[in-house]
Amino acid sequence: MPYVVERKPLTLSERIYLPQILAGMRVTLRRLFAPNVTMEYPEQRPAIPTGYRGVPTLVKDPHGREKCVSCQLCEFVCPPKAIRITPGSVEDQPDRTHVEKGPQAFDIDMLRCIYCGLCQEVCPEEAIFLQNQYTLSGYTRAELVNDKAKLYELGGTLPDQHFKWDKKKAAAEHGNTH
Amino acid sequence: MATDFSYPDAAAKAANLPKEFDPEKMSLSMGPSHPSTHGVLRIQFELDGEIVTKADPVVGYLHRGDEKIAENMTYNQFVPYTDRLDYLAPLANNMAYAIAVERLAGLEVPARCQAIRVLTAEMARVSAHLMGLGAFGIDVGAWTVFMYCFEEREKLYKLFEELTGARFTTSYSRIGGLTRDVPEGWTQRVDAFCDQFLPILDEILGLLSRNKIFLDRTVDVGVISKADAIAYGLTGPNLRGSGVPNDLRKDRPYSGYEQYEFDVPVGSKGDCYDRYLCRGEEMKQSIRIIRQVVKNFPGGAWHAQDARRIFAPPKDKVLTSMEELINNFMLVTEGPQMPAGEVYFEAENPKGVLGFYIVSKGGGVPYRMKIRSPSFCNLSILPKLCVGNLVSDVVSILGSLDFVMGECDR
Repeated sequence: MPYVVERKPLTLSERIYLPQILAGMRVTLRRLFAPNVTMEYPEQRPAIPTGYRGVPTLVKDPHGREKCVSCQLCEFVCPPKAIRITPGSVEDQPDRTHVEKGPQAFDIDMLRCIYCGLCQEVCPEEAIFLQNQYTLSGYTRAELVNDKAKLYELGGTLPDQHFKWDKKKAAAEHGNTH
Repeated sequence: MATDFSYPDAAAKAANLPKEFDPEKMSLSMGPSHPSTHGVLRIQFELDGEIVTKADPVVGYLHRGDEKIAENMTYNQFVPYTDRLDYLAPLANNMAYAIAVERLAGLEVPARCQAIRVLTAEMARVSAHLMGLGAFGIDVGAWTVFMYCFEEREKLYKLFEELTGARFTTSYSRIGGLTRDVPEGWTQRVDAFCDQFLPILDEILGLLSRNKIFLDRTVDVGVISKADAIAYGLTGPNLRGSGVPNDLRKDRPYSGYEQYEFDVPVGSKGDCYDRYLCRGEEMKQSIRIIRQVVKNFPGGAWHAQDARRIFAPPKDKVLTSMEELINNFMLVTEGPQMPAGEVYFEAENPKGVLGFYIVSKGGGVPYRMKIRSPSFCNLSILPKLCVGNLVSDVVSILGSLDFVMGECDR
């Protein structure tokens, strides 16, 4: 139901204003001894909740293998077109015989990235994650383009949720390829 | 041959090249970067001493072409762009956009998804009104209010961060659902926020509502009559401040708003003070809605179940099933599949009515998208509202209209 917001005329003490100044001082005094709500950044840092969308990174699986298979879905979905992938062969990598492709180069332009998390959402290999880092600085534009080495350095290894390839390998050993 | 430098746009011409200028009058340009214009709004004034005789708002300094961008990407890819319309309440924009596209698809989302959307939209309303209130306070010289508002807003942003992964640009909606479910214990924390917020809100409003200086600056300043408010297409608290009880959440409920009890505060005079009072009351009503949502929080699925061509399959399916993997690729590259047709949906956002008009020719990309932004329509009354006021009163009027240029220029 709609209701009309009340408008009361000012009382005499409110019009005189002096008592109001005293009331304001009381608030000031109370706040003076209240605990601080601000934080001495960067010495103190706020706690980052799980699932925070920070800088996008590439991760490796618990065996230390590269997870990205260079399907370029993140490159496609990225709304500001910040990701550029050059697909390459994995023939020279003995630990990656289970896949066909890997990224030869993987660049994320952090000057374009909007931290929307769509890349992480669409990745069919759980290879790209937006992790906790949220501050970036650099002197040149080139410095803020994260290349593959930098992305793996930022990403590290995350616990594997699904063991996609291990499961497939086990299934193949049992004669069930699909 | 002389080059013709004439402006192609009649409005720009009118704003920039006064043909006959009265030498008794002074021309003053306020903005586009002026501390009291809340963003890149420029107003071209013609002044007679301190009195405004003509005001021309010049908008477009933050134009990014969002409507055109939308035509070049799939429906889900546009969600981050909706964050940047009214960037003080991105969650409400996300929800309005998602519901518009879902109406196009004729898709119903489960009760839990609707409840989460209502909950986040109302929290966004509180945070947007806190910001509006704080900025209005600064405009009329009350810094304290701004600080108090920001302290409370920060608590809300912590909750948003936990829910969506980002404080500001949340991108929380997807067509047919959300990006993720609420975390464990989050709704209790929202409830705890409500408990401590109401007394603090009273304290914040107490700093202004009965403050003689604030009343001198706002009462009977910038009066918008009922007829004018309707004629200029004002919406939101600016319309209700003039005494028109229009609220889409009541008039045309969406996302399950009809289940919740709340009242619509309206003003009696339509001046800056009424608009301020309406915002204060609306926050209390929003808290009422939030409490009801948290109390009856539905369980079950948080995204549409029967929408294989619209909502992406869960991650564990994508990683383990060939069919779902293919489906994931199809959804991302071709977009959520919509039927051909057109839809107009508007939602009651903190600033007013945000509408999305989508024309689809089928497929995953809109053919045309028009965004009706409340701030743009609310600003259209400025030429009428400013005339006859002092320049300093224009600052009060701008503060009370509470607009966001990201949405106005889009």
